[in-house]
Amino acid sequence: MMTARQRTSVIAGACFVVSLVACILLLRRIDRIRPQATLEDALYINSPKMIKRASLGFDGLMACIYWTRTVQYFGHRHFDSAHTYNQLAPLLEITTALDPHLLPAYQFGASFLAPKPPGGAGQPERAIRLMEYGIEHNPDNWHLYYDLGFVYYTELKDYKSAAAVFEKGSNLPNAHPYMKIMAAQMAAHAGDLATARMLWSATYETAYEANIRMNAVEHLRSIKVDEDVTNLEAAVTRFQERTGRFPSNIEELAVAEHIPGIPVDPDGNPYIVTADGRILVQNPDNFSFITKGTPPGYKQPMPKFHTKG
Amino acid sequence: MNARIVHIARNTFREAVRDRVLYNLIAFALLLSGAAILVGQISIDIERLVVINLGLTAVSLFGVVIAIFIGIGLVSKEIEKRTLYTVLSRPVRRWEFIVGKFFGLAGTLVVNTFFMAIGVFGALLYVAHKFSKPDALILVALYFIVLEFLIICSLALLFSSFSSPLLSAVFAFSLFVIGSFADDLRGFAGMAHGVTRWFATGAAYLVPNFAALNVINAVAHQQPMGSQLILHNTLYALFYTAMALSGGVLIFERRNLK
Repeated sequence: MMTARQRTSVIAGACFVVSLVACILLLRRIDRIRPQATLEDALYINSPKMIKRASLGFDGLMACIYWTRTVQYFGHRHFDSAHTYNQLAPLLEITTALDPHLLPAYQFGASFLAPKPPGGAGQPERAIRLMEYGIEHNPDNWHLYYDLGFVYYTELKDYKSAAAVFEKGSNLPNAHPYMKIMAAQMAAHAGDLATARMLWSATYETAYEANIRMNAVEHLRSIKVDEDVTNLEAAVTRFQERTGRFPSNIEELAVAEHIPGIPVDPDGNPYIVTADGRILVQNPDNFSFITKGTPPGYKQPMPKFHTKG
Repeated sequence: MNARIVHIARNTFREAVRDRVLYNLIAFALLLSGAAILVGQISIDIERLVVINLGLTAVSLFGVVIAIFIGIGLVSKEIEKRTLYTVLSRPVRRWEFIVGKFFGLAGTLVVNTFFMAIGVFGALLYVAHKFSKPDALILVALYFIVLEFLIICSLALLFSSFSSPLLSAVFAFSLFVIGSFADDLRGFAGMAHGVTRWFATGAAYLVPNFAALNVINAVAHQQPMGSQLILHNTLYALFYTAMALSGGVLIFERRNLK
Protein backbone atom coordinates (compact mmCIF):
# COMPACT_ATOMS: atom_id res chain seq x y z
CA MET A 1 0.00 0.00 0.00
CA MET A 2 1.43 3.40 -1.01
CA THR A 3 1.65 6.27 1.43
CA ALA A 4 0.17 9.65 0.50
CA ARG A 5 3.65 11.03 -0.14
CA GLN A 6 4.58 8.14 -2.43
CA ARG A 7 1.31 8.58 -4.31
CA THR A 8 2.05 12.30 -4.80
CA SER A 9 5.56 11.48 -6.04
CA VAL A 10 4.25 8.94 -8.55
CA ILE A 11 1.60 11.34 -9.85
CA ALA A 12 4.08 14.24 -10.01
CA GLY A 13 6.65 12.02 -11.76
CA ALA A 14 4.10 10.85 -14.33
CA CYS A 15 2.95 14.43 -14.84
CA PHE A 16 6.58 15.50 -15.36
CA VAL A 17 7.23 12.87 -18.04
CA VAL A 18 3.92 13.41 -19.86
CA SER A 19 4.43 17.19 -19.83
CA LEU A 20 8.00 16.87 -21.11
CA VAL A 21 6.90 14.69 -24.04
CA ALA A 22 3.97 17.02 -24.76
CA CYS A 23 6.31 20.03 -24.72
CA ILE A 24 8.67 18.46 -27.26
CA LEU A 25 5.82 17.47 -29.59
CA LEU A 26 4.18 20.90 -29.30
CA LEU A 27 7.45 22.69 -29.93
CA ARG A 28 7.92 20.75 -33.14
CA ARG A 29 4.41 21.78 -34.23
CA ILE A 30 5.06 25.42 -33.27
CA ASP A 31 8.25 25.42 -35.34
CA ARG A 32 6.21 24.45 -38.38
CA ILE A 33 3.56 27.12 -37.72
CA ARG A 34 5.77 30.09 -36.87
CA PRO A 35 6.88 32.37 -39.65
CA GLN A 36 10.71 32.34 -39.79
CA ALA A 37 10.70 36.13 -40.13
CA THR A 38 14.07 36.74 -38.58
CA LEU A 39 15.85 34.30 -40.84
CA GLU A 40 14.02 35.16 -44.02
CA ASP A 41 13.62 38.43 -45.79
CA ALA A 42 12.81 40.64 -42.80
CA LEU A 43 15.67 42.22 -40.94
CA TYR A 44 14.01 44.86 -38.80
CA ILE A 45 17.28 46.47 -37.78
CA ASN A 46 19.56 46.86 -40.77
CA SER A 47 22.04 49.22 -39.23
CA PRO A 48 25.25 47.53 -38.03
CA LYS A 49 26.05 50.56 -35.87
CA MET A 50 22.69 50.39 -34.11
CA ILE A 51 23.07 46.67 -33.38
CA LYS A 52 26.58 47.30 -32.07
CA ARG A 53 25.21 49.90 -29.64
CA ALA A 54 22.32 47.64 -28.65
CA SER A 55 24.67 44.76 -27.88
CA LEU A 56 25.80 46.64 -24.73
CA GLY A 57 29.43 45.71 -25.25
CA PHE A 58 28.76 42.02 -25.85
CA ASP A 59 29.84 42.50 -29.48
CA GLY A 60 31.66 39.19 -29.68
CA LEU A 61 28.66 37.13 -28.66
CA MET A 62 26.33 39.10 -30.93
CA ALA A 63 28.77 38.65 -33.82
CA CYS A 64 28.73 34.88 -33.26
CA ILE A 65 24.92 34.88 -33.22
CA TYR A 66 24.71 36.96 -36.40
CA TRP A 67 27.36 34.83 -38.09
CA THR A 68 25.33 31.70 -37.30
CA ARG A 69 22.24 33.42 -38.66
CA THR A 70 24.09 34.36 -41.84
CA VAL A 71 25.10 30.77 -42.49
CA GLN A 72 21.60 29.55 -41.60
CA TYR A 73 20.02 32.17 -43.86
CA PHE A 74 22.18 31.16 -46.79
CA GLY A 75 21.64 27.46 -46.07
CA HIS A 76 17.84 27.82 -45.84
CA ARG A 77 17.62 29.92 -48.99
CA HIS A 78 19.89 27.54 -50.86
CA PHE A 79 17.93 24.52 -49.64
CA ASP A 80 14.66 26.18 -50.71
CA SER A 81 16.19 26.83 -54.19
CA ALA A 82 15.66 30.54 -53.69
CA HIS A 83 17.08 32.76 -56.39
CA THR A 84 17.66 35.81 -54.20
CA TYR A 85 19.78 36.42 -51.13
CA ASN A 86 18.63 39.93 -50.27
CA GLN A 87 19.68 39.80 -46.63
CA LEU A 88 23.08 38.20 -47.13
CA ALA A 89 24.94 41.50 -47.51
CA PRO A 90 23.35 43.24 -44.47
CA LEU A 91 23.83 40.12 -42.34
CA LEU A 92 27.52 39.96 -43.26
CA GLU A 93 27.93 43.70 -42.73
CA ILE A 94 26.32 43.47 -39.28
CA THR A 95 28.47 40.45 -38.38
CA THR A 96 31.72 42.13 -39.41
CA ALA A 97 30.75 45.45 -37.82
CA LEU A 98 30.24 43.60 -34.52
CA ASP A 99 33.50 41.69 -34.93
CA PRO A 100 35.79 43.06 -37.66
CA HIS A 101 38.23 40.19 -37.04
CA LEU A 102 35.77 37.41 -37.89
CA LEU A 103 37.65 36.20 -40.97
CA PRO A 104 35.25 33.41 -42.07
CA ALA A 105 32.59 36.07 -42.66
CA TYR A 106 34.77 37.85 -45.24
CA GLN A 107 35.57 34.60 -46.98
CA PHE A 108 31.88 33.73 -47.04
CA GLY A 109 31.16 37.14 -48.55
CA ALA A 110 33.75 36.63 -51.30
CA SER A 111 32.31 33.21 -52.15
CA PHE A 112 28.58 33.90 -52.02
CA LEU A 113 27.95 37.64 -52.08
CA ALA A 114 29.64 38.32 -55.40
CA PRO A 115 28.53 35.44 -57.71
CA LYS A 116 25.46 35.97 -59.86
CA PRO A 117 22.19 34.30 -58.78
CA PRO A 118 21.34 31.49 -58.27
CA GLY A 119 24.85 30.72 -56.97
CA GLY A 120 25.09 33.91 -54.93
CA ALA A 121 23.62 37.32 -54.24
CA GLY A 122 25.05 38.98 -57.36
CA GLN A 123 26.50 41.93 -55.45
CA PRO A 124 30.23 42.06 -56.29
CA GLU A 125 30.47 45.75 -55.34
CA ARG A 126 29.24 45.02 -51.82
CA ALA A 127 31.57 42.03 -51.65
CA ILE A 128 34.48 44.32 -52.54
CA ARG A 129 33.39 46.87 -49.91
CA LEU A 130 33.23 44.07 -47.35
CA MET A 131 36.75 42.88 -48.24
CA GLU A 132 38.12 46.42 -48.13
CA TYR A 133 36.53 46.89 -44.71
CA GLY A 134 38.17 43.63 -43.63
CA ILE A 135 41.59 44.72 -44.94
CA GLU A 136 41.20 48.05 -43.17
CA HIS A 137 40.72 46.25 -39.85
CA ASN A 138 43.08 43.32 -40.51
CA PRO A 139 45.84 44.86 -42.64
CA ASP A 140 48.30 42.03 -41.98
CA ASN A 141 46.03 39.20 -43.06
CA TRP A 142 46.87 37.92 -46.54
CA HIS A 143 43.63 35.87 -46.73
CA LEU A 144 41.62 39.05 -47.17
CA TYR A 145 43.77 40.20 -50.10
CA TYR A 146 43.29 36.76 -51.59
CA ASP A 147 39.50 37.03 -51.15
CA LEU A 148 39.43 40.51 -52.69
CA GLY A 149 41.55 39.43 -55.65
CA PHE A 150 39.30 36.41 -56.01
CA VAL A 151 36.21 38.63 -56.40
CA TYR A 152 37.97 40.82 -58.97
CA TYR A 153 39.06 37.74 -60.90
CA THR A 154 35.96 35.53 -60.82
CA GLU A 155 33.09 38.01 -60.96
CA LEU A 156 34.36 41.24 -62.44
CA LYS A 157 37.04 39.71 -64.71
CA ASP A 158 39.13 42.70 -63.72
CA TYR A 159 42.47 40.91 -64.01
CA LYS A 160 44.54 44.08 -63.57
CA SER A 161 42.98 44.87 -60.18
CA ALA A 162 43.18 41.20 -59.21
CA ALA A 163 46.90 41.12 -60.04
CA ALA A 164 47.49 44.30 -58.02
CA VAL A 165 45.67 42.94 -54.98
CA PHE A 166 47.42 39.54 -55.12
CA GLU A 167 50.76 41.34 -55.47
CA LYS A 168 50.03 43.54 -52.45
CA GLY A 169 48.91 40.56 -50.37
CA SER A 170 51.96 38.50 -51.39
CA ASN A 171 54.25 41.06 -49.74
CA LEU A 172 52.70 40.48 -46.32
CA PRO A 173 54.57 38.38 -43.79
CA ASN A 174 53.39 34.73 -43.78
CA ALA A 175 51.56 35.19 -47.09
CA HIS A 176 50.82 31.92 -48.86
CA PRO A 177 53.33 31.24 -51.73
CA TYR A 178 50.29 30.94 -54.02
CA MET A 179 49.84 34.70 -53.77
CA LYS A 180 53.02 35.49 -55.76
CA ILE A 181 52.18 32.87 -58.40
CA MET A 182 48.64 34.17 -58.60
CA ALA A 183 49.84 37.72 -59.18
CA ALA A 184 52.09 36.54 -62.02
CA GLN A 185 49.36 34.32 -63.51
CA MET A 186 46.89 37.22 -63.54
CA ALA A 187 49.29 39.29 -65.61
CA ALA A 188 50.11 36.55 -68.13
CA HIS A 189 47.29 33.99 -68.34
CA ALA A 190 44.29 35.52 -66.59
CA GLY A 191 41.57 33.76 -68.61
CA ASP A 192 43.14 30.25 -68.52
CA LEU A 193 41.37 27.31 -66.98
CA ALA A 194 44.68 26.42 -65.31
CA THR A 195 44.64 29.77 -63.49
CA ALA A 196 41.04 29.23 -62.45
CA ARG A 197 41.92 25.77 -61.17
CA MET A 198 44.83 27.16 -59.16
CA LEU A 199 42.57 29.80 -57.62
CA TRP A 200 39.81 27.41 -56.62
CA SER A 201 42.33 24.91 -55.27
CA ALA A 202 43.78 27.64 -53.06
CA THR A 203 40.28 28.55 -51.93
CA TYR A 204 39.56 24.95 -51.05
CA GLU A 205 42.79 24.60 -49.09
CA THR A 206 42.50 27.86 -47.17
CA ALA A 207 38.73 28.04 -46.54
CA TYR A 208 37.43 27.94 -42.97
CA GLU A 209 33.82 27.19 -43.77
CA ALA A 210 32.31 23.96 -45.13
CA ASN A 211 29.97 25.68 -47.62
CA ILE A 212 32.93 27.56 -49.12
CA ARG A 213 34.94 24.36 -49.50
CA MET A 214 31.99 22.59 -51.11
CA ASN A 215 31.55 25.53 -53.48
CA ALA A 216 35.24 25.31 -54.41
CA VAL A 217 34.91 21.56 -55.05
CA GLU A 218 31.94 22.24 -57.31
CA HIS A 219 33.96 24.77 -59.30
CA LEU A 220 36.94 22.42 -59.56
CA ARG A 221 34.69 19.62 -60.86
CA SER A 222 33.23 21.97 -63.45
CA ILE A 223 36.68 23.20 -64.51
CA LYS A 224 37.74 19.58 -65.01
CA VAL A 225 34.72 19.02 -67.31
CA ASP A 226 35.45 22.22 -69.26
CA GLU A 227 39.07 21.13 -69.77
CA ASP A 228 38.06 17.60 -70.81
CA VAL A 229 35.44 18.85 -73.27
CA THR A 230 37.92 21.33 -74.78
CA ASN A 231 40.52 18.59 -75.26
CA LEU A 232 38.01 16.06 -76.61
CA GLU A 233 36.55 18.56 -79.08
CA ALA A 234 40.08 19.22 -80.36
CA ALA A 235 40.48 15.44 -80.75
CA VAL A 236 37.18 15.28 -82.68
CA THR A 237 38.41 18.03 -85.03
CA ARG A 238 41.63 16.11 -85.67
CA PHE A 239 39.63 12.91 -86.28
CA GLN A 240 37.32 14.69 -88.70
CA GLU A 241 40.21 16.26 -90.60
CA ARG A 242 41.84 12.86 -90.96
CA THR A 243 38.80 10.72 -91.83
CA GLY A 244 36.33 13.23 -93.23
CA ARG A 245 33.63 12.20 -90.74
CA PHE A 246 32.85 12.47 -87.02
CA PRO A 247 33.54 9.54 -84.68
CA SER A 248 30.45 7.43 -84.07
CA ASN A 249 31.08 7.19 -80.32
CA ILE A 250 33.56 8.04 -77.57
CA GLU A 251 35.22 4.62 -77.73
CA GLU A 252 36.08 5.10 -81.42
CA LEU A 253 37.50 8.55 -80.66
CA ALA A 254 39.59 7.20 -77.78
CA VAL A 255 41.09 4.42 -79.93
CA ALA A 256 41.75 6.66 -82.94
CA GLU A 257 43.32 9.45 -80.86
CA HIS A 258 45.30 7.09 -78.57
CA ILE A 259 43.52 8.33 -75.45
CA PRO A 260 44.20 5.88 -72.60
CA GLY A 261 40.87 4.34 -71.48
CA ILE A 262 37.39 5.79 -72.06
CA PRO A 263 37.28 9.52 -71.16
CA VAL A 264 34.93 9.97 -68.20
CA ASP A 265 33.66 13.01 -66.25
CA PRO A 266 34.47 13.46 -62.50
CA ASP A 267 31.44 11.26 -61.66
CA GLY A 268 32.87 8.41 -63.76
CA ASN A 269 30.33 8.69 -66.60
CA PRO A 270 31.77 8.49 -70.17
CA TYR A 271 31.43 11.62 -72.29
CA ILE A 272 29.08 11.45 -75.28
CA VAL A 273 29.99 12.29 -78.91
CA THR A 274 26.97 13.66 -80.80
CA ALA A 275 26.27 13.07 -84.48
CA ASP A 276 27.48 16.60 -85.29
CA GLY A 277 30.78 16.02 -83.45
CA ARG A 278 30.07 17.85 -80.22
CA ILE A 279 31.06 16.49 -76.78
CA LEU A 280 28.39 16.33 -74.06
CA VAL A 281 28.37 15.29 -70.42
CA GLN A 282 25.75 12.70 -69.46
CA ASN A 283 24.34 14.62 -66.48
CA PRO A 284 25.05 18.36 -66.86
CA ASP A 285 22.89 19.06 -63.76
CA ASN A 286 25.65 17.50 -61.66
CA PHE A 287 28.17 20.18 -62.72
CA SER A 288 26.79 23.53 -61.70
CA PHE A 289 29.39 25.81 -63.24
CA ILE A 290 30.28 24.13 -66.55
CA THR A 291 30.45 26.33 -69.61
CA LYS A 292 30.92 23.49 -72.11
CA GLY A 293 29.49 20.04 -72.76
CA THR A 294 25.81 20.95 -72.43
CA PRO A 295 23.06 20.37 -75.03
CA PRO A 296 21.75 23.42 -76.97
CA GLY A 297 19.30 25.57 -74.95
CA TYR A 298 20.34 23.95 -71.66
CA LYS A 299 19.46 26.00 -68.55
CA GLN A 300 21.64 25.52 -65.49
CA PRO A 301 19.78 24.58 -62.29
CA MET A 302 20.67 25.75 -58.72
CA PRO A 303 24.27 24.83 -57.85
CA LYS A 304 24.59 21.56 -55.95
CA PHE A 305 27.34 21.08 -53.42
CA HIS A 306 29.57 18.00 -53.41
CA THR A 307 31.85 17.23 -50.51
CA LYS A 308 34.65 15.69 -52.57
CA GLY A 309 35.93 15.90 -56.10
CA MET B 1 -9.99 23.95 -6.94
CA ASN B 2 -8.85 22.59 -3.64
CA ALA B 3 -9.80 25.11 -0.89
CA ARG B 4 -6.36 24.88 0.74
CA ILE B 5 -4.63 25.76 -2.54
CA VAL B 6 -6.98 28.74 -2.99
CA HIS B 7 -6.20 29.87 0.54
CA ILE B 8 -2.41 29.67 0.05
CA ALA B 9 -2.73 31.41 -3.34
CA ARG B 10 -4.78 34.23 -1.82
CA ASN B 11 -2.26 34.70 0.98
CA THR B 12 0.64 34.73 -1.49
CA PHE B 13 -1.14 37.42 -3.51
CA ARG B 14 -1.84 39.49 -0.38
CA GLU B 15 1.76 39.15 0.72
CA ALA B 16 3.00 40.35 -2.67
CA VAL B 17 0.71 43.37 -2.49
CA ARG B 18 1.88 44.07 1.07
CA ASP B 19 5.48 43.85 -0.17
CA ARG B 20 4.62 46.78 -2.46
CA VAL B 21 5.22 44.70 -5.59
CA LEU B 22 2.53 46.63 -7.43
CA TYR B 23 4.54 49.82 -6.89
CA ASN B 24 6.35 48.87 -10.10
CA LEU B 25 3.23 50.08 -11.86
CA ILE B 26 4.19 53.64 -10.95
CA ALA B 27 7.60 53.23 -12.59
CA PHE B 28 5.92 51.63 -15.58
CA ALA B 29 3.37 54.45 -15.90
CA LEU B 30 6.13 57.07 -15.70
CA LEU B 31 8.24 55.27 -18.30
CA LEU B 32 5.38 54.85 -20.73
CA SER B 33 3.87 58.33 -20.38
CA GLY B 34 7.34 59.89 -20.70
CA ALA B 35 8.11 57.76 -23.75
CA ALA B 36 4.74 58.53 -25.34
CA ILE B 37 5.28 62.28 -25.00
CA LEU B 38 8.87 62.06 -26.23
CA VAL B 39 8.06 59.73 -29.11
CA GLY B 40 5.15 61.93 -30.18
CA GLN B 41 7.60 64.79 -30.57
CA ILE B 42 10.65 63.17 -32.17
CA SER B 43 9.55 60.08 -34.14
CA ILE B 44 8.53 60.30 -37.74
CA ASP B 45 5.78 57.87 -38.74
CA ILE B 46 6.83 55.18 -36.30
CA GLU B 47 5.26 56.51 -33.08
CA ARG B 48 2.83 53.60 -32.95
CA LEU B 49 5.63 51.11 -33.58
CA VAL B 50 7.83 52.56 -30.84
CA VAL B 51 5.04 52.71 -28.26
CA ILE B 52 3.97 49.10 -28.89
CA ASN B 53 7.53 47.79 -28.88
CA LEU B 54 8.54 49.77 -25.82
CA GLY B 55 5.30 49.15 -23.92
CA LEU B 56 5.14 45.40 -24.48
CA THR B 57 8.85 44.95 -23.84
CA ALA B 58 8.48 46.84 -20.56
CA VAL B 59 5.45 44.69 -19.59
CA SER B 60 7.50 41.58 -20.30
CA LEU B 61 10.68 42.66 -18.50
CA PHE B 62 8.90 44.10 -15.44
CA GLY B 63 6.89 40.88 -15.11
CA VAL B 64 9.92 38.63 -15.56
CA VAL B 65 11.85 40.50 -12.89
CA ILE B 66 8.88 40.30 -10.48
CA ALA B 67 8.29 36.61 -11.24
CA ILE B 68 11.93 35.72 -10.62
CA PHE B 69 12.56 37.84 -7.54
CA ILE B 70 9.33 36.91 -5.79
CA GLY B 71 9.26 33.31 -7.02
CA ILE B 72 12.71 32.44 -5.72
CA GLY B 73 11.83 33.53 -2.19
CA LEU B 74 8.43 31.88 -1.96
CA VAL B 75 9.69 28.67 -0.35
CA SER B 76 12.98 29.78 1.21
CA LYS B 77 11.39 32.80 2.94
CA GLU B 78 8.76 30.56 4.53
CA ILE B 79 11.53 28.26 5.78
CA GLU B 80 13.60 31.17 7.03
CA LYS B 81 10.66 32.70 8.92
CA ARG B 82 9.68 29.20 10.07
CA THR B 83 6.09 29.83 8.92
CA LEU B 84 6.34 26.81 6.62
CA TYR B 85 6.31 24.48 9.66
CA THR B 86 3.11 26.11 10.90
CA VAL B 87 1.50 25.68 7.49
CA LEU B 88 2.61 22.07 7.05
CA SER B 89 1.60 21.11 10.58
CA ARG B 90 -1.99 21.80 9.50
CA PRO B 91 -3.74 19.46 7.07
CA VAL B 92 -1.87 20.99 4.13
CA ARG B 93 0.15 18.75 1.83
CA ARG B 94 3.51 19.86 0.47
CA TRP B 95 2.32 19.74 -3.16
CA GLU B 96 -0.66 21.91 -2.22
CA PHE B 97 1.74 24.44 -0.75
CA ILE B 98 3.81 24.58 -4.01
CA VAL B 99 0.76 24.73 -6.28
CA GLY B 100 -0.91 27.36 -4.06
CA LYS B 101 2.22 29.51 -4.11
CA PHE B 102 2.33 29.20 -7.90
CA PHE B 103 -1.26 30.37 -8.34
CA GLY B 104 -0.72 33.24 -5.90
CA LEU B 105 2.31 34.51 -7.81
CA ALA B 106 0.66 33.94 -11.20
CA GLY B 107 -2.39 35.89 -9.97
CA THR B 108 -0.18 38.79 -8.86
CA LEU B 109 1.42 38.91 -12.29
CA VAL B 110 -1.91 38.73 -14.13
CA VAL B 111 -3.23 41.69 -12.11
CA ASN B 112 0.03 43.55 -12.69
CA THR B 113 -0.12 42.84 -16.42
CA PHE B 114 -3.75 43.97 -16.58
CA PHE B 115 -2.85 47.43 -15.25
CA MET B 116 0.23 47.67 -17.43
CA ALA B 117 -1.86 46.72 -20.48
CA ILE B 118 -4.17 49.64 -19.70
CA GLY B 119 -1.05 51.83 -19.69
CA VAL B 120 0.08 50.50 -23.08
CA PHE B 121 -3.30 51.15 -24.66
CA GLY B 122 -3.43 54.61 -23.02
CA ALA B 123 -0.02 55.54 -24.46
CA LEU B 124 -1.06 54.17 -27.85
CA LEU B 125 -4.22 56.26 -27.81
CA TYR B 126 -2.14 59.31 -26.90
CA VAL B 127 0.24 58.96 -29.87
CA ALA B 128 -2.17 57.53 -32.49
CA HIS B 129 -5.31 59.44 -31.34
CA LYS B 130 -7.49 56.43 -32.15
CA PHE B 131 -7.44 52.65 -32.07
CA SER B 132 -7.42 50.58 -35.24
CA LYS B 133 -8.47 46.97 -35.77
CA PRO B 134 -4.91 45.52 -35.83
CA ASP B 135 -4.36 46.99 -32.34
CA ALA B 136 -6.36 44.02 -31.07
CA LEU B 137 -3.27 41.95 -31.85
CA ILE B 138 -1.63 43.61 -28.85
CA LEU B 139 -3.97 41.49 -26.73
CA VAL B 140 -2.45 38.36 -28.28
CA ALA B 141 1.05 39.60 -27.47
CA LEU B 142 -0.07 40.36 -23.89
CA TYR B 143 -1.61 36.90 -23.62
CA PHE B 144 1.68 35.32 -24.74
CA ILE B 145 3.52 37.47 -22.19
CA VAL B 146 1.25 36.10 -19.46
CA LEU B 147 2.02 32.57 -20.69
CA GLU B 148 5.70 33.44 -20.44
CA PHE B 149 5.14 34.56 -16.83
CA LEU B 150 3.49 31.22 -15.99
CA ILE B 151 6.57 29.36 -17.18
CA ILE B 152 8.96 31.66 -15.32
CA CYS B 153 6.89 31.45 -12.10
CA SER B 154 6.98 27.67 -12.24
CA LEU B 155 10.74 27.66 -12.92
CA ALA B 156 11.41 30.09 -10.07
CA LEU B 157 9.40 27.83 -7.77
CA LEU B 158 11.22 24.74 -9.04
CA PHE B 159 14.60 26.27 -8.20
CA SER B 160 13.27 27.71 -4.96
CA SER B 161 12.23 24.21 -3.85
CA PHE B 162 15.85 23.04 -3.54
CA SER B 163 18.21 25.98 -3.80
CA SER B 164 19.12 29.23 -2.06
CA PRO B 165 17.41 32.45 -3.26
CA LEU B 166 20.61 33.75 -4.86
CA LEU B 167 21.30 30.58 -6.85
CA SER B 168 17.61 30.28 -7.75
CA ALA B 169 17.71 33.80 -9.17
CA VAL B 170 20.82 32.99 -11.19
CA PHE B 171 19.30 29.74 -12.53
CA ALA B 172 15.95 31.31 -13.37
CA PHE B 173 17.45 34.37 -15.02
CA SER B 174 19.91 32.23 -17.01
CA LEU B 175 17.06 30.05 -18.24
CA PHE B 176 15.12 33.16 -19.22
CA VAL B 177 18.08 34.41 -21.30
CA ILE B 178 18.77 30.99 -22.84
CA GLY B 179 15.05 30.50 -23.54
CA SER B 180 14.95 33.87 -25.31
CA PHE B 181 17.65 32.59 -27.67
CA ALA B 182 15.96 29.18 -28.05
CA ASP B 183 15.69 29.56 -31.83
CA ASP B 184 19.41 30.18 -32.13
CA LEU B 185 20.10 27.25 -29.83
CA ARG B 186 18.08 25.06 -32.19
CA GLY B 187 20.08 26.56 -35.06
CA PHE B 188 23.37 25.64 -33.38
CA ALA B 189 22.02 22.12 -32.78
CA GLY B 190 21.11 21.81 -36.45
CA MET B 191 24.65 22.72 -37.49
CA ALA B 192 26.37 20.35 -35.04
CA HIS B 193 27.23 16.71 -35.72
CA GLY B 194 27.28 13.44 -33.79
CA VAL B 195 26.99 13.49 -30.02
CA THR B 196 27.15 17.28 -29.89
CA ARG B 197 24.08 17.44 -32.10
CA TRP B 198 22.12 15.10 -29.82
CA PHE B 199 23.23 16.99 -26.75
CA ALA B 200 22.45 20.41 -28.24
CA THR B 201 19.06 19.24 -29.57
CA GLY B 202 18.16 17.81 -26.15
CA ALA B 203 19.15 21.06 -24.45
CA ALA B 204 17.22 23.09 -27.02
CA TYR B 205 14.04 21.14 -26.31
CA LEU B 206 14.51 21.14 -22.55
CA VAL B 207 14.92 24.89 -22.08
CA PRO B 208 11.71 26.94 -22.31
CA ASN B 209 11.11 28.36 -25.76
CA PHE B 210 10.41 32.02 -25.01
CA ALA B 211 11.23 32.94 -28.60
CA ALA B 212 7.96 31.34 -29.74
CA LEU B 213 6.05 33.39 -27.16
CA ASN B 214 7.67 36.67 -28.15
CA VAL B 215 5.53 38.17 -30.90
CA ILE B 216 6.03 41.81 -29.90
CA ASN B 217 7.81 42.85 -33.09
CA ALA B 218 5.37 40.96 -35.30
CA VAL B 219 2.39 42.59 -33.53
CA ALA B 220 3.99 46.03 -33.84
CA HIS B 221 4.21 45.38 -37.60
CA GLN B 222 0.55 44.24 -37.59
CA GLN B 223 1.39 40.73 -38.77
CA PRO B 224 -1.59 38.41 -38.21
CA MET B 225 -1.39 35.71 -35.54
CA GLY B 226 -2.84 32.35 -36.53
CA SER B 227 -5.23 30.56 -34.20
CA GLN B 228 -3.03 27.47 -34.48
CA LEU B 229 -0.08 29.37 -33.04
CA ILE B 230 -2.21 30.69 -30.17
CA LEU B 231 -3.53 27.20 -29.41
CA HIS B 232 -0.14 25.49 -29.57
CA ASN B 233 1.63 28.18 -27.58
CA THR B 234 -1.07 27.94 -24.91
CA LEU B 235 -0.72 24.17 -24.69
CA TYR B 236 3.06 24.43 -24.70
CA ALA B 237 3.11 26.96 -21.86
CA LEU B 238 0.64 24.91 -19.80
CA PHE B 239 2.56 21.67 -20.27
CA TYR B 240 5.90 23.33 -19.56
CA THR B 241 4.46 24.90 -16.41
CA ALA B 242 3.04 21.53 -15.37
CA MET B 243 6.42 19.92 -15.99
CA ALA B 244 8.34 22.48 -13.91
CA LEU B 245 5.76 22.39 -11.11
CA SER B 246 5.83 18.57 -11.08
CA GLY B 247 9.61 18.74 -10.78
CA GLY B 248 9.26 21.22 -7.91
CA VAL B 249 6.70 19.01 -6.16
CA LEU B 250 8.88 15.91 -6.59
CA ILE B 251 11.88 17.66 -5.05
CA PHE B 252 9.93 19.39 -2.29
CA GLU B 253 8.20 16.15 -1.29
CA ARG B 254 11.61 14.59 -0.63
CA ARG B 255 13.23 17.61 0.93
CA ASN B 256 14.29 17.27 4.56
CA LEU B 257 12.92 20.35 6.28
CA LYS B 258 14.34 19.62 9.72
